[in-house]
Amino acid sequence: MTSNHEQRRTGTDMVKRGLATQLRGGVIMDVVTPDHAKIAEDAGAVAVMALERVPADIRRDGGVARMSDPALIEAIKAAVSIPVMAKARIGHFAEARVLEALGVDYIDESEVLTPADDEHHIDKWPFTVPFVCGANNLGEALRRISEGAAMIRSKGEAGTGDVKEAVRHLRQILGDVRKLTQADAAEIYGWAKQLRAPVELVKEVAEVGELPVPLFCAGGIATPADAALVMELGAQAVFVGSGIFKSSDPPRFARAIVEATTHFRDSQIVAKVSRGLGEAMRGQEAGAVDIRLSERGW
Amino acid sequence: MVVSLVRGEGRPVGVLALQGDFREHVELIRRLGAAPVEVRLPSELARVQGLVIPGGESTTMSILLETSGLLEPLRARLAAGMPVFGTCAGMILLATEILDGRPDQHHFGVIDISVRRNGFGRQRESFEDDLQVSGLGSALHAVFIRAPVVERAGPGVEVLAQLDGQPVLCRQGPCLVSTFHPELAGDPRLHELFLKNISHPYSQSSLTQRKENVRAF
Repeated sequence: MTSNHEQRRTGTDMVKRGLATQLRGGVIMDVVTPDHAKIAEDAGAVAVMALERVPADIRRDGGVARMSDPALIEAIKAAVSIPVMAKARIGHFAEARVLEALGVDYIDESEVLTPADDEHHIDKWPFTVPFVCGANNLGEALRRISEGAAMIRSKGEAGTGDVKEAVRHLRQILGDVRKLTQADAAEIYGWAKQLRAPVELVKEVAEVGELPVPLFCAGGIATPADAALVMELGAQAVFVGSGIFKSSDPPRFARAIVEATTHFRDSQIVAKVSRGLGEAMRGQEAGAVDIRLSERGW
Repeated sequence: MVVSLVRGEGRPVGVLALQGDFREHVELIRRLGAAPVEVRLPSELARVQGLVIPGGESTTMSILLETSGLLEPLRARLAAGMPVFGTCAGMILLATEILDGRPDQHHFGVIDISVRRNGFGRQRESFEDDLQVSGLGSALHAVFIRAPVVERAGPGVEVLAQLDGQPVLCRQGPCLVSTFHPELAGDPRLHELFLKNISHPYSQSSLTQRKENVRAF
Protein backbone atom coordinates (compact mmCIF):
# COMPACT_ATOMS: atom_id res chain seq x y z
CA MET A 1 0.00 0.00 0.00
CA THR A 2 2.95 2.28 -0.48
CA SER A 3 4.14 3.83 -3.68
CA ASN A 4 7.30 3.85 -5.66
CA HIS A 5 8.71 7.38 -5.74
CA GLU A 6 10.03 7.00 -9.26
CA GLN A 7 6.47 6.77 -10.56
CA ARG A 8 5.52 10.17 -9.17
CA ARG A 9 5.32 12.59 -12.09
CA THR A 10 4.81 16.35 -11.86
CA GLY A 11 3.96 18.77 -14.66
CA THR A 12 2.28 16.20 -16.91
CA ASP A 13 -0.55 17.12 -19.30
CA MET A 14 -3.08 15.53 -16.98
CA VAL A 15 -1.76 17.40 -13.95
CA LYS A 16 -1.68 20.72 -15.83
CA ARG A 17 -5.10 20.37 -17.44
CA GLY A 18 -6.39 18.82 -14.20
CA LEU A 19 -6.17 22.10 -12.30
CA ALA A 20 -8.15 23.89 -15.05
CA THR A 21 -10.77 21.14 -14.72
CA GLN A 22 -11.05 21.88 -10.98
CA LEU A 23 -11.80 25.55 -11.75
CA ARG A 24 -14.79 24.76 -13.98
CA GLY A 25 -18.03 26.48 -13.15
CA GLY A 26 -16.10 29.10 -11.23
CA VAL A 27 -15.01 32.72 -11.44
CA ILE A 28 -11.37 33.83 -11.62
CA MET A 29 -11.03 37.42 -10.47
CA ASP A 30 -8.37 40.05 -11.24
CA VAL A 31 -6.98 41.53 -8.02
CA VAL A 32 -4.37 44.24 -7.50
CA THR A 33 -3.90 44.12 -3.70
CA PRO A 34 -4.01 41.46 -0.96
CA ASP A 35 -7.23 43.11 0.29
CA HIS A 36 -8.85 42.66 -3.12
CA ALA A 37 -7.72 39.05 -3.10
CA LYS A 38 -9.46 38.51 0.24
CA ILE A 39 -12.65 40.12 -1.05
CA ALA A 40 -12.50 37.79 -4.05
CA GLU A 41 -11.97 34.69 -1.90
CA ASP A 42 -14.75 35.76 0.51
CA ALA A 43 -17.11 36.08 -2.46
CA GLY A 44 -16.33 32.55 -3.69
CA ALA A 45 -13.73 33.09 -6.43
CA VAL A 46 -12.07 29.81 -7.48
CA ALA A 47 -8.78 31.61 -8.17
CA VAL A 48 -7.34 35.11 -8.37
CA MET A 49 -5.19 36.75 -11.04
CA ALA A 50 -2.55 38.86 -9.30
CA LEU A 51 -1.64 42.00 -11.23
CA GLU A 52 -0.62 45.62 -10.67
CA ARG A 53 -3.40 47.22 -12.65
CA VAL A 54 -6.72 45.87 -13.96
CA PRO A 55 -7.03 46.01 -17.77
CA ALA A 56 -9.24 49.14 -17.67
CA ASP A 57 -6.41 51.01 -15.88
CA ILE A 58 -3.76 49.60 -18.23
CA ARG A 59 -5.80 51.11 -21.08
CA ARG A 60 -6.15 54.42 -19.26
CA ASP A 61 -2.49 54.72 -18.24
CA GLY A 62 -0.87 53.53 -21.47
CA GLY A 63 2.87 52.79 -21.47
CA VAL A 64 4.41 49.33 -21.43
CA ALA A 65 2.53 46.80 -19.30
CA ARG A 66 4.79 44.11 -17.79
CA MET A 67 4.76 41.23 -15.32
CA SER A 68 3.78 42.33 -11.79
CA ASP A 69 6.26 42.96 -8.99
CA PRO A 70 7.12 39.62 -7.32
CA ALA A 71 6.54 41.26 -3.93
CA LEU A 72 2.92 41.95 -4.88
CA ILE A 73 2.41 38.41 -6.16
CA GLU A 74 3.89 36.99 -2.96
CA ALA A 75 1.70 39.21 -0.78
CA ILE A 76 -1.39 38.07 -2.68
CA LYS A 77 -0.31 34.41 -2.41
CA ALA A 78 0.05 34.86 1.34
CA ALA A 79 -3.39 36.47 1.65
CA VAL A 80 -5.52 33.66 0.17
CA SER A 81 -5.74 29.85 0.09
CA ILE A 82 -7.19 29.56 -3.43
CA PRO A 83 -4.95 29.24 -6.54
CA VAL A 84 -3.08 32.37 -7.63
CA MET A 85 -2.42 33.11 -11.30
CA ALA A 86 -0.19 35.82 -12.77
CA LYS A 87 0.45 37.26 -16.22
CA ALA A 88 3.57 37.13 -18.37
CA ARG A 89 4.01 39.04 -21.63
CA ILE A 90 3.47 37.09 -24.87
CA GLY A 91 6.77 35.41 -25.76
CA HIS A 92 8.51 36.55 -22.55
CA PHE A 93 9.77 33.20 -21.25
CA ALA A 94 12.05 34.88 -18.71
CA GLU A 95 9.05 36.50 -17.01
CA ALA A 96 7.33 33.11 -17.10
CA ARG A 97 10.33 31.49 -15.40
CA VAL A 98 10.20 34.12 -12.67
CA LEU A 99 6.50 33.41 -12.13
CA GLU A 100 7.19 29.67 -11.97
CA ALA A 101 9.95 30.27 -9.42
CA LEU A 102 7.49 32.31 -7.34
CA GLY A 103 5.19 29.28 -7.19
CA VAL A 104 2.16 30.77 -8.95
CA ASP A 105 -0.39 28.10 -9.83
CA TYR A 106 -1.12 29.19 -13.43
CA ILE A 107 0.65 31.56 -15.82
CA ASP A 108 -1.47 33.65 -18.18
CA GLU A 109 0.54 34.45 -21.33
CA SER A 110 -1.58 37.50 -21.85
CA GLU A 111 -2.34 40.00 -24.59
CA VAL A 112 -3.33 42.45 -21.85
CA LEU A 113 0.39 43.04 -21.25
CA THR A 114 2.59 44.51 -23.98
CA PRO A 115 3.91 41.64 -26.15
CA ALA A 116 7.64 40.88 -25.89
CA ASP A 117 7.83 38.94 -29.18
CA ASP A 118 5.79 39.75 -32.26
CA GLU A 119 6.23 36.33 -33.85
CA HIS A 120 6.60 33.67 -31.17
CA HIS A 121 4.68 32.64 -28.10
CA ILE A 122 6.41 30.93 -25.16
CA ASP A 123 7.32 27.25 -25.62
CA LYS A 124 5.22 26.12 -22.69
CA TRP A 125 6.07 22.41 -22.66
CA PRO A 126 9.30 22.63 -20.57
CA PHE A 127 7.47 24.33 -17.67
CA THR A 128 6.05 22.45 -14.67
CA VAL A 129 3.50 25.19 -14.04
CA PRO A 130 0.52 25.21 -16.44
CA PHE A 131 -0.29 28.06 -18.86
CA VAL A 132 -3.52 29.65 -19.99
CA CYS A 133 -3.54 31.58 -23.29
CA GLY A 134 -6.10 33.74 -25.04
CA ALA A 135 -7.66 32.96 -28.42
CA ASN A 136 -10.05 34.69 -30.81
CA ASN A 137 -10.74 31.65 -32.95
CA LEU A 138 -10.19 27.92 -33.16
CA GLY A 139 -6.92 28.14 -35.11
CA GLU A 140 -5.36 30.41 -32.52
CA ALA A 141 -6.60 28.13 -29.70
CA LEU A 142 -5.05 25.06 -31.33
CA ARG A 143 -1.75 26.85 -32.01
CA ARG A 144 -1.55 27.75 -28.32
CA ILE A 145 -2.39 24.16 -27.31
CA SER A 146 0.32 22.89 -29.69
CA GLU A 147 2.78 25.12 -27.79
CA GLY A 148 1.68 23.57 -24.50
CA ALA A 149 -1.21 25.71 -23.18
CA ALA A 150 -3.28 23.72 -20.66
CA MET A 151 -6.28 26.05 -20.74
CA ILE A 152 -7.72 28.41 -23.36
CA ARG A 153 -9.68 31.54 -22.61
CA SER A 154 -11.55 33.37 -25.31
CA LYS A 155 -10.00 36.85 -25.33
CA GLY A 156 -12.89 39.25 -25.60
CA GLU A 157 -11.79 42.88 -25.32
CA ALA A 158 -10.26 43.26 -21.85
CA GLY A 159 -10.93 46.39 -19.81
CA THR A 160 -13.99 47.52 -21.77
CA GLY A 161 -16.87 45.99 -19.78
CA ASP A 162 -18.42 45.30 -23.21
CA VAL A 163 -19.26 41.60 -23.56
CA LYS A 164 -19.71 41.70 -27.35
CA GLU A 165 -16.17 40.60 -28.27
CA ALA A 166 -16.24 37.80 -25.67
CA VAL A 167 -19.41 36.52 -27.30
CA ARG A 168 -17.94 36.82 -30.77
CA HIS A 169 -14.75 34.92 -29.87
CA LEU A 170 -16.59 32.17 -28.03
CA ARG A 171 -18.98 31.73 -30.94
CA GLN A 172 -16.06 31.64 -33.39
CA ILE A 173 -14.25 28.95 -31.43
CA LEU A 174 -17.27 26.79 -30.62
CA GLY A 175 -18.97 27.32 -33.99
CA ASP A 176 -15.89 26.02 -35.79
CA VAL A 177 -15.66 23.06 -33.36
CA ARG A 178 -19.25 22.16 -34.26
CA LYS A 179 -18.53 22.43 -38.00
CA LEU A 180 -15.35 20.41 -37.65
CA THR A 181 -17.24 17.46 -36.18
CA GLN A 182 -19.11 17.23 -39.51
CA ALA A 183 -15.95 17.19 -41.66
CA ASP A 184 -14.92 14.01 -43.49
CA ALA A 185 -11.34 12.66 -43.47
CA ALA A 186 -10.21 14.63 -46.54
CA GLU A 187 -11.74 17.87 -45.28
CA ILE A 188 -9.75 17.62 -42.03
CA TYR A 189 -6.58 18.49 -43.97
CA GLY A 190 -8.29 21.52 -45.51
CA TRP A 191 -9.38 22.61 -42.05
CA ALA A 192 -5.83 22.23 -40.71
CA LYS A 193 -4.52 24.51 -43.48
CA GLN A 194 -7.28 27.03 -43.02
CA LEU A 195 -6.85 27.07 -39.23
CA ARG A 196 -3.02 27.06 -39.47
CA ALA A 197 -3.03 24.34 -36.81
CA PRO A 198 -1.45 20.87 -36.48
CA VAL A 199 -3.55 18.23 -38.22
CA GLU A 200 -3.38 15.84 -35.23
CA LEU A 201 -5.04 18.43 -33.01
CA VAL A 202 -7.64 19.21 -35.67
CA LYS A 203 -8.44 15.49 -35.92
CA GLU A 204 -8.75 15.21 -32.15
CA VAL A 205 -11.20 18.11 -31.97
CA ALA A 206 -13.21 16.61 -34.86
CA GLU A 207 -13.46 13.29 -33.03
CA VAL A 208 -14.11 14.52 -29.50
CA GLY A 209 -16.20 17.57 -30.37
CA GLU A 210 -14.41 19.91 -28.01
CA LEU A 211 -10.98 21.39 -27.32
CA PRO A 212 -8.51 19.00 -25.65
CA VAL A 213 -8.18 21.51 -22.77
CA PRO A 214 -10.83 23.45 -20.81
CA LEU A 215 -12.24 26.56 -22.54
CA PHE A 216 -12.93 29.54 -20.30
CA CYS A 217 -14.16 33.03 -21.23
CA ALA A 218 -12.56 36.43 -20.55
CA GLY A 219 -12.66 40.05 -21.64
CA GLY A 220 -15.66 42.29 -20.99
CA ILE A 221 -17.78 40.39 -18.45
CA ALA A 222 -19.28 43.00 -16.11
CA THR A 223 -22.60 41.66 -14.77
CA PRO A 224 -24.15 38.40 -13.49
CA ALA A 225 -26.19 38.19 -16.70
CA ASP A 226 -22.99 38.55 -18.78
CA ALA A 227 -21.56 35.54 -16.92
CA ALA A 228 -24.76 33.54 -17.49
CA LEU A 229 -24.67 34.46 -21.20
CA VAL A 230 -21.15 33.18 -21.84
CA MET A 231 -21.69 30.05 -19.72
CA GLU A 232 -24.81 29.25 -21.75
CA LEU A 233 -22.81 29.77 -24.96
CA GLY A 234 -20.38 27.07 -23.82
CA ALA A 235 -17.70 28.67 -21.65
CA GLN A 236 -16.70 26.36 -18.79
CA ALA A 237 -15.77 29.18 -16.38
CA VAL A 238 -15.26 32.94 -16.48
CA PHE A 239 -12.47 35.41 -15.88
CA VAL A 240 -13.64 38.77 -14.58
CA GLY A 241 -11.05 41.51 -14.75
CA SER A 242 -12.12 45.11 -14.35
CA GLY A 243 -15.80 44.16 -13.97
CA ILE A 244 -15.67 43.60 -10.21
CA PHE A 245 -13.35 46.23 -8.79
CA LYS A 246 -14.60 48.95 -11.19
CA SER A 247 -18.20 48.39 -10.07
CA SER A 248 -19.92 50.43 -7.34
CA ASP A 249 -19.98 47.51 -4.84
CA PRO A 250 -17.18 44.97 -5.52
CA PRO A 251 -18.04 42.40 -2.78
CA ARG A 252 -21.68 42.22 -3.92
CA PHE A 253 -20.82 42.14 -7.62
CA ALA A 254 -18.28 39.42 -6.99
CA ARG A 255 -20.74 37.24 -5.04
CA ALA A 256 -23.51 37.83 -7.61
CA ILE A 257 -21.28 36.85 -10.54
CA VAL A 258 -20.18 33.70 -8.68
CA GLU A 259 -23.82 32.67 -8.12
CA ALA A 260 -24.86 33.47 -11.69
CA THR A 261 -21.96 31.40 -13.06
CA THR A 262 -23.09 28.33 -11.09
CA HIS A 263 -26.81 28.76 -11.76
CA PHE A 264 -26.52 30.17 -15.30
CA ARG A 265 -29.49 28.14 -16.56
CA ASP A 266 -31.75 29.24 -13.70
CA SER A 267 -33.09 32.68 -14.69
CA GLN A 268 -34.84 33.12 -11.33
CA ILE A 269 -31.50 32.96 -9.53
CA VAL A 270 -29.74 35.22 -12.06
CA ALA A 271 -32.62 37.70 -11.59
CA LYS A 272 -32.40 37.48 -7.80
CA VAL A 273 -28.65 38.14 -7.64
CA SER A 274 -28.90 40.98 -10.20
CA ARG A 275 -31.54 42.89 -8.22
CA GLY A 276 -30.42 46.20 -6.69
CA LEU A 277 -26.80 45.45 -7.34
CA GLY A 278 -25.70 49.03 -7.97
CA GLU A 279 -23.76 50.37 -10.89
CA ALA A 280 -21.71 48.04 -13.08
CA MET A 281 -18.36 49.30 -14.38
CA ARG A 282 -19.00 52.17 -16.75
CA GLY A 283 -16.78 50.75 -19.47
CA GLN A 284 -16.54 51.70 -23.10
CA GLU A 285 -17.81 50.16 -26.29
CA ALA A 286 -15.32 47.57 -27.56
CA GLY A 287 -15.47 49.03 -31.09
CA ALA A 288 -14.45 52.49 -29.84
CA VAL A 289 -11.16 51.64 -28.10
CA ASP A 290 -7.81 52.94 -29.36
CA ILE A 291 -5.87 49.72 -28.79
CA ARG A 292 -7.50 46.40 -29.52
CA LEU A 293 -5.75 44.05 -27.09
CA SER A 294 -7.48 41.05 -28.67
CA GLU A 295 -5.49 41.56 -31.88
CA ARG A 296 -2.27 40.75 -30.04
CA GLY A 297 -1.20 37.11 -30.39
CA TRP A 298 -0.27 35.17 -33.50
CA MET B 1 -18.69 -4.97 -19.15
CA VAL B 2 -18.74 -3.27 -15.75
CA VAL B 3 -22.42 -2.40 -16.05
CA SER B 4 -23.60 -5.81 -14.92
CA LEU B 5 -21.60 -5.53 -11.70
CA VAL B 6 -23.59 -2.60 -10.47
CA ARG B 7 -26.82 -3.50 -8.80
CA GLY B 8 -27.98 0.09 -8.46
CA GLU B 9 -28.70 0.29 -12.17
CA GLY B 10 -30.97 3.14 -13.18
CA ARG B 11 -31.05 4.67 -9.68
CA PRO B 12 -30.59 8.43 -9.54
CA VAL B 13 -27.15 9.21 -8.13
CA GLY B 14 -26.41 12.85 -7.44
CA VAL B 15 -23.26 14.76 -8.30
CA LEU B 16 -22.94 18.10 -6.54
CA ALA B 17 -22.64 20.49 -9.51
CA LEU B 18 -22.07 23.85 -7.86
CA GLN B 19 -18.48 24.08 -9.10
CA GLY B 20 -15.55 21.83 -10.01
CA ASP B 21 -15.05 18.72 -12.11
CA PHE B 22 -18.57 17.34 -11.71
CA ARG B 23 -18.78 16.53 -15.44
CA GLU B 24 -16.12 13.80 -15.12
CA HIS B 25 -18.03 12.20 -12.23
CA VAL B 26 -21.29 12.35 -14.19
CA GLU B 27 -19.65 10.59 -17.15
CA LEU B 28 -18.17 7.81 -14.98
CA ILE B 29 -21.49 7.18 -13.21
CA ARG B 30 -23.27 7.01 -16.56
CA ARG B 31 -20.66 4.56 -17.89
CA LEU B 32 -21.40 2.33 -14.90
CA GLY B 33 -25.09 2.19 -15.80
CA ALA B 34 -26.49 4.34 -13.00
CA ALA B 35 -28.44 7.55 -13.63
CA PRO B 36 -26.44 10.68 -12.70
CA VAL B 37 -28.31 13.81 -11.56
CA GLU B 38 -26.55 17.19 -11.32
CA VAL B 39 -27.42 18.69 -7.94
CA ARG B 40 -27.54 22.48 -7.58
CA LEU B 41 -30.81 22.89 -5.66
CA PRO B 42 -32.61 21.20 -2.72
CA SER B 43 -35.27 19.77 -5.08
CA GLU B 44 -32.55 17.92 -6.98
CA LEU B 45 -30.94 16.64 -3.79
CA ALA B 46 -34.28 15.19 -2.69
CA ARG B 47 -34.36 12.89 -5.75
CA VAL B 48 -31.00 11.19 -5.30
CA GLN B 49 -30.01 8.11 -3.33
CA GLY B 50 -26.34 8.93 -2.96
CA LEU B 51 -24.11 11.90 -3.70
CA VAL B 52 -20.68 12.54 -5.14
CA ILE B 53 -18.97 15.74 -4.01
CA PRO B 54 -16.41 16.52 -6.73
CA GLY B 55 -13.05 18.19 -6.83
CA GLY B 56 -12.97 21.98 -7.10
CA GLU B 57 -12.42 24.76 -4.60
CA SER B 58 -13.83 23.84 -1.19
CA THR B 59 -14.15 27.50 -0.14
CA THR B 60 -16.25 28.25 -3.24
CA MET B 61 -18.44 25.19 -2.76
CA SER B 62 -18.95 26.06 0.90
CA ILE B 63 -20.31 29.50 -0.06
CA LEU B 64 -22.49 28.11 -2.86
CA LEU B 65 -23.92 25.39 -0.57
CA GLU B 66 -25.17 28.17 1.64
CA THR B 67 -26.53 30.48 -1.06
CA SER B 68 -28.21 27.57 -2.89
CA GLY B 69 -30.05 26.50 0.26
CA LEU B 70 -28.40 23.07 0.10
CA LEU B 71 -26.44 23.24 3.34
CA GLU B 72 -29.11 22.12 5.82
CA PRO B 73 -30.92 19.60 3.57
CA LEU B 74 -27.57 18.00 2.74
CA ARG B 75 -26.55 17.93 6.39
CA ALA B 76 -29.82 16.15 7.19
CA ARG B 77 -29.41 13.59 4.39
CA LEU B 78 -25.85 12.84 5.47
CA ALA B 79 -26.96 12.47 9.10
CA ALA B 80 -29.59 9.98 7.88
CA GLY B 81 -26.83 7.86 6.35
CA MET B 82 -26.96 8.78 2.65
CA PRO B 83 -23.95 7.21 0.87
CA VAL B 84 -21.47 9.86 -0.19
CA PHE B 85 -18.18 9.92 -2.12
CA GLY B 86 -15.95 12.99 -1.85
CA THR B 87 -12.84 13.61 -3.95
CA CYS B 88 -10.28 16.29 -2.99
CA ALA B 89 -12.46 19.34 -2.18
CA GLY B 90 -15.31 16.88 -1.55
CA MET B 91 -13.19 15.12 1.06
CA ILE B 92 -12.48 18.43 2.79
CA LEU B 93 -16.21 19.19 3.02
CA LEU B 94 -16.92 15.75 4.57
CA ALA B 95 -14.12 15.80 7.17
CA THR B 96 -14.58 16.39 10.89
CA GLU B 97 -11.68 18.85 11.01
CA ILE B 98 -10.13 21.20 8.43
CA LEU B 99 -6.63 22.48 9.17
CA ASP B 100 -5.57 25.68 7.36
CA GLY B 101 -9.10 26.28 6.16
CA ARG B 102 -11.11 29.46 6.39
CA PRO B 103 -12.75 29.81 9.81
CA ASP B 104 -16.17 30.30 8.19
CA GLN B 105 -15.84 27.27 5.89
CA HIS B 106 -18.69 24.76 6.23
CA HIS B 107 -17.98 21.06 6.62
CA PHE B 108 -20.15 18.08 7.45
CA GLY B 109 -18.04 15.95 9.77
CA VAL B 110 -19.24 12.57 8.50
CA ILE B 111 -15.78 10.99 8.40
CA ASP B 112 -13.46 11.25 11.39
CA ILE B 113 -10.37 12.71 9.74
CA SER B 114 -8.32 15.90 10.05
CA VAL B 115 -7.44 17.31 6.65
CA ARG B 116 -4.88 19.96 5.74
CA ARG B 117 -5.86 21.89 2.60
CA ASN B 118 -3.19 21.91 -0.14
CA GLY B 119 -1.04 19.79 2.17
CA PHE B 120 0.95 18.45 -0.78
CA GLY B 121 1.82 22.01 -1.87
CA ARG B 122 0.99 24.30 -4.76
CA GLN B 123 0.29 23.41 -8.39
CA ARG B 124 3.96 22.83 -9.30
CA GLU B 125 3.95 20.03 -6.68
CA SER B 126 0.81 18.39 -8.15
CA PHE B 127 1.52 14.89 -9.50
CA GLU B 128 0.34 11.54 -10.85
CA ASP B 129 1.20 8.19 -9.31
CA ASP B 130 0.00 4.58 -9.11
CA LEU B 131 -1.61 3.38 -5.88
CA GLN B 132 -2.25 -0.02 -4.37
CA VAL B 133 -5.78 -0.03 -3.00
CA SER B 134 -6.96 -2.75 -0.58
CA GLY B 135 -9.34 -5.08 -2.33
CA LEU B 136 -8.87 -3.66 -5.84
CA GLY B 137 -6.21 -5.94 -7.32
CA SER B 138 -4.19 -4.06 -9.94
CA ALA B 139 -2.84 -0.57 -9.24
CA LEU B 140 -5.07 2.48 -9.50
CA HIS B 141 -3.73 5.51 -11.36
CA ALA B 142 -4.24 8.59 -9.22
CA VAL B 143 -3.97 12.33 -9.99
CA PHE B 144 -3.22 14.67 -7.09
CA ILE B 145 -3.98 18.36 -7.78
CA ARG B 146 -3.04 20.79 -4.97
CA ALA B 147 -4.16 17.85 -2.91
CA PRO B 148 -5.16 17.86 0.77
CA VAL B 149 -3.30 15.70 3.29
CA VAL B 150 -5.06 13.53 5.87
CA GLU B 151 -3.09 14.27 9.04
CA ARG B 152 -5.24 12.15 11.34
CA ALA B 153 -7.66 9.29 10.77
CA GLY B 154 -9.88 8.31 13.72
CA PRO B 155 -10.23 4.73 15.01
CA GLY B 156 -13.47 4.14 13.07
CA VAL B 157 -11.85 5.03 9.73
CA GLU B 158 -10.71 2.36 7.31
CA VAL B 159 -7.62 3.41 5.34
CA LEU B 160 -7.89 1.82 1.88
CA ALA B 161 -4.75 3.34 0.34
CA GLN B 162 -1.70 5.27 1.51
CA LEU B 163 1.06 7.31 -0.04
CA ASP B 164 4.27 7.91 1.92
CA GLY B 165 2.53 6.49 4.98
CA GLN B 166 -0.32 9.00 4.78
CA PRO B 167 -3.91 7.94 4.08
CA VAL B 168 -5.17 8.99 0.62
CA LEU B 169 -8.33 6.86 0.38
CA CYS B 170 -10.54 6.36 3.45
CA ARG B 171 -13.95 4.96 4.32
CA GLN B 172 -16.20 5.23 7.31
CA GLY B 173 -19.61 3.59 6.96
CA PRO B 174 -21.38 5.02 3.90
CA CYS B 175 -18.74 7.74 3.39
CA LEU B 176 -15.83 7.23 0.97
CA VAL B 177 -13.20 9.96 0.44
CA SER B 178 -10.02 10.39 -1.60
CA THR B 179 -7.37 13.12 -1.60
CA PHE B 180 -6.87 12.45 -5.34
CA HIS B 181 -9.10 12.56 -8.43
CA PRO B 182 -10.21 9.14 -9.70
CA GLU B 183 -12.57 11.03 -12.02
CA LEU B 184 -9.63 12.55 -13.95
CA ALA B 185 -7.78 9.30 -14.65
CA GLY B 186 -11.06 7.69 -15.73
CA ASP B 187 -10.66 4.36 -13.85
CA PRO B 188 -14.23 3.57 -12.70
CA ARG B 189 -13.40 1.12 -9.90
CA LEU B 190 -13.85 3.53 -6.98
CA HIS B 191 -17.15 4.79 -8.38
CA GLU B 192 -18.19 1.16 -8.70
CA LEU B 193 -17.33 0.65 -5.03
CA PHE B 194 -19.44 3.70 -4.17
CA LEU B 195 -22.41 2.58 -6.28
CA LYS B 196 -22.37 -0.85 -4.64
CA ASN B 197 -22.66 0.96 -1.33
CA ILE B 198 -25.85 2.64 -2.59
CA SER B 199 -27.46 -0.58 -3.73
CA HIS B 200 -26.67 -2.38 -0.47
CA PRO B 201 -29.96 -2.64 1.45
CA TYR B 202 -28.42 -1.97 4.87
CA SER B 203 -26.58 1.16 3.83
CA GLN B 204 -29.79 3.19 3.80
CA SER B 205 -31.07 3.87 7.24
CA SER B 206 -33.37 6.72 6.33
CA LEU B 207 -37.07 5.91 6.28
CA THR B 208 -37.93 8.54 3.70
CA GLN B 209 -35.30 7.01 1.48
CA ARG B 210 -37.04 3.67 1.72
CA LYS B 211 -40.39 5.26 0.93
CA GLU B 212 -38.85 6.73 -2.22
CA ASN B 213 -37.63 3.28 -3.19
CA VAL B 214 -41.10 1.83 -2.66
CA ARG B 215 -42.67 4.54 -4.81
CA ALA B 216 -40.12 3.92 -7.55
CA PHE B 217 -41.51 0.41 -7.96
